Amino acid sequence: MKARWLPNPALTLMLAILWLLLNNTLSFGQFLLGLFLGWAIPLLVRGFLVEVPRIRKPLQLCVFSLKVLFDIVVANVHVAKLVLGPKKNLRPAFIEVPMAIENEFVLSTLTSIISLTPGTVSACLSEDRQMLMVHALDVPDVDALIADVKRNYEAPLLEIFECSPT
Amino acid sequence: MPFWIEVLVSVFLIIGSLFALIGAIGLYRLPDFYTRLHGPTKATTLGVGGIVIASMIFFSSQNDGLSLHELLITLFLFLTAPVSAHMLAKAAMQQKLPAVEQTRGQPWD
Repeated sequence: MKARWLPNPALTLMLAILWLLLNNTLSFGQFLLGLFLGWAIPLLVRGFLVEVPRIRKPLQLCVFSLKVLFDIVVANVHVAKLVLGPKKNLRPAFIEVPMAIENEFVLSTLTSIISLTPGTVSACLSEDRQMLMVHALDVPDVDALIADVKRNYEAPLLEIFECSPT
Repeated sequence: MPFWIEVLVSVFLIIGSLFALIGAIGLYRLPDFYTRLHGPTKATTLGVGGIVIASMIFFSSQNDGLSLHELLITLFLFLTAPVSAHMLAKAAMQQKLPAVEQTRGQPWD
């Protein structure tokens, strides 16, 4: 049973670090203020907080984050090329990607990653959370893109976070 | 400030502004709402990223100590950009905004 007065120690620490970063300082007073804010804010907004599943493989999470960052850079260059190239070469499409993730937090992480990486924007999640509508800027092959998303992002996320695929 | 830092800062500034410009061009030039959404959500991430890195290098070399609070800009951008893009796309689909002809798999037909 978690203590009622400190429901989320990890979040408290994270907010404190965030506060220090915001102030660009390492002074002790600011650290205390950060800890206080980190304690008070989660208490005030606890009704809105989503349960974050336990991270099973922290190391893999780091590798995955770096990979996503790299993909974002690649996506930028790719989209830049498409933007400057001739318009009729674009092959946009709406694609339905079936989702195997149940957990809210992981699902929103995945949709964010999809929006940030190569030529895709997540557009609509179906009511039952089984299908994610994705709009892609340029797809030669729809099935390849679905397989790509599943292999590169969904599978690692499922592996990193402790949750079972449906 | 040493010369090579100046060069480094300028390079990142140029890369950043170039990508921001391309994002803006995409917004202007692409044919329909959905494709236009791609310009601002992506090309600008790297645009802001480049400028943020330049700022970090500049201020770290100016004062003593690292200047890291620029990283937060990137963090907040990564948190908010996909959400706003998602909401915009969803709203557009609700309104059944027309997509260009060559779009495949249009959800409303």
